[in-house]
Amino acid sequence: MSSGTLYDKVWNIHRVKELPGGSTQLFVGLHLIHEVTSPQAFSAIHEKNLGVKFPNLTVATVDHIVPTSNQQRPFSDPLAEEMLSTLEKNCKYHGIKFHGIGSNSQGVVHVMAPELGLTQPGMTVACGDSHTSTHGAFGAIAFGIGTSQVRDVLASQSLAMKKLKVRRIWVDGSLQKGVYAKDLILHIIRHLGVKGGVGFAYEFAGPAIEKLSMEGRMTICNMAIEGGARCGYINPDETTFNYLERKEYSPNGQEWEKAIAWWKSLASDSEAKFDDEIKLDGSSIEPTVTWGITPGQGISIKEKIPNPELLPHNEQQIARDACKYMNLEPDEPIEGTSIDVCFIGSCTNGRLSDLQEASKIVKGHRVATGIRAFVVPGSQKVAQEAKQKGIDKIFLKAGFEWREPGCSMCLAMNPDKLEGREISASSSNRNFKGRQGSANGRTLLMSPAMVAAAAINGKVTDVRKLLED
Amino acid sequence: MKQEFPKGEIKSIQGRSFVIKGDDIDTDRIIPARFLKCVSFSALGDQVFADDRKELKGNHPFDLDQNKGANILIVNDNFGCGSSREHAPQALMRWGIRLIIGESFAEIFFGNCLAIGIPCLTSSKQEIIRLQSLVNENPNQVWHLNLKELSIANHKEKLKLNLEEGAYKMLYSGKWDATSQLLDEEERIKKTMKNLPYLNNFK
Ligand code: SF4
Repeated sequence: MSSGTLYDKVWNIHRVKELPGGSTQLFVGLHLIHEVTSPQAFSAIHEKNLGVKFPNLTVATVDHIVPTSNQQRPFSDPLAEEMLSTLEKNCKYHGIKFHGIGSNSQGVVHVMAPELGLTQPGMTVACGDSHTSTHGAFGAIAFGIGTSQVRDVLASQSLAMKKLKVRRIWVDGSLQKGVYAKDLILHIIRHLGVKGGVGFAYEFAGPAIEKLSMEGRMTICNMAIEGGARCGYINPDETTFNYLERKEYSPNGQEWEKAIAWWKSLASDSEAKFDDEIKLDGSSIEPTVTWGITPGQGISIKEKIPNPELLPHNEQQIARDACKYMNLEPDEPIEGTSIDVCFIGSCTNGRLSDLQEASKIVKGHRVATGIRAFVVPGSQKVAQEAKQKGIDKIFLKAGFEWREPGCSMCLAMNPDKLEGREISASSSNRNFKGRQGSANGRTLLMSPAMVAAAAINGKVTDVRKLLED
Repeated sequence: MKQEFPKGEIKSIQGRSFVIKGDDIDTDRIIPARFLKCVSFSALGDQVFADDRKELKGNHPFDLDQNKGANILIVNDNFGCGSSREHAPQALMRWGIRLIIGESFAEIFFGNCLAIGIPCLTSSKQEIIRLQSLVNENPNQVWHLNLKELSIANHKEKLKLNLEEGAYKMLYSGKWDATSQLLDEEERIKKTMKNLPYLNNFK
């Protein structure tokens, strides 16, 4: 059993009670809600005549269903409008702070909460969304929950949960030029598998992790869930504190120093015990792209599509299925695969530095003919900052569309969708069958810079070639 | 015939069963995202596996006449991975599923099922494959889950299953609906809060 890890320390101070049956009643310090997984939870508490216990510890935004081209209310999709107005009503009724369209702080929940300073080290963060693991980048224990648990948190500010084991993933070295946090996490998931992390929290540590910016760290923790780990985290350090300083909801004045002292004490002890430890060399990782239908089906840009018959027995069937669905030939290089659509955005890679890195590739080039390419900033703040830096202009000039913030084509609950068999280069996190809105549409996951390179060449490209120019 | 939704103690389940084959079946496939545009779960039953069903034009297990009224689903490895949407177990439940047996389940999916009273039990790969072929041989046979024994049996075969103790106790005692248990601890919740530096000016 683990001890002395950040996970243990944060878990212990949030324990309310050990429940019969072996789970723990855990206090939730920050509860984030959005329009998709909350309405049924509110209905359930209304049915039971319960209130929201601590409305000031729940924060709401709208992200999944918002259109990214015309955000005029009412939305043209009546179902989307109903979901948003239901959330507005619920928040108003219960006194919950809502960051809505036009508030200047709306965005994908895992982008807007950190940038407001809502997410802080040492918290427990829960949200009805599996990518809540993102917030672990700050040294919080953050995990996705289902709607029944959203109901429980609203009603009691706590939930029943089993303690996870802790696996430390130590990454030595530093990432090469043209290799980003996204490549690192795709590489990790490829090697540990999409269910390698079931039952674990992942602690990401080591020199390569420490060198990442907060935004890179969020990309890593965001995709812990794609490796099966319900939460991923990184010990807080100077990078964390610098990011948090002077954010809207960060502690300030005298509290700031005290907060830092406490945050520092939360990091895993040098003699902490982990249930499992794994070491990787970050320097040898190359730009990585998925070719299949699970985020674990990734290869480096230099590799060929694997031959299913030569894979370990338990990976063969899904690999055959993937080749067929993706219409990709085994033993062909992934580099050069033609694409139709390019999407830069999502809670994985829709932050300022993501757009900035991608814009460096795009600058001075044009999107290849026939390619539909668009950028969807992760939040209103990201959009504003990008505009101040002229990043929107670079994309627009190159032939990208520049949209309003939201989840967009990450899951295509709004009008942004693949059509038919279209294949996308996407900076999002899931390449499941049908994920991007067409039942037989196809997705290649990669870093935003790689998406930009693909947009310019109309095919999967090693971004390092464009960086050399 | 529509069955009632799960309620109270869950000690046994019986009914016909069928197989959804394949590893890593994610919740986007169980219920595609466009069906999440709803403020109530009630219509989800018809939409379960919508895209897979459309592709198979009536030959999907959820469409076959022989499976109408069946309530036990046999799956493979890492079932329910991906998005945390409780719409996935809700869609299965509203279609009529009351029990899922497989090699393994994704964690959030498992918890979401438990929270609505749908047990997810596991067994080894070999045993699941054996169970799947028994089920496929005769879709009309009735299976009995005995939760106490952790077994599922037809008229002549019995297979052992696994379920972690916590989930077992919650189902067996009927305490899988957690809200009231959690609300009982008001004082302790407040005490926990008082000791959290970030809610108390970092004192
Ligand atoms: S951006 Fe994608 S993964 Fe992230 S919260 Fe939105 S839909 Fe989910």
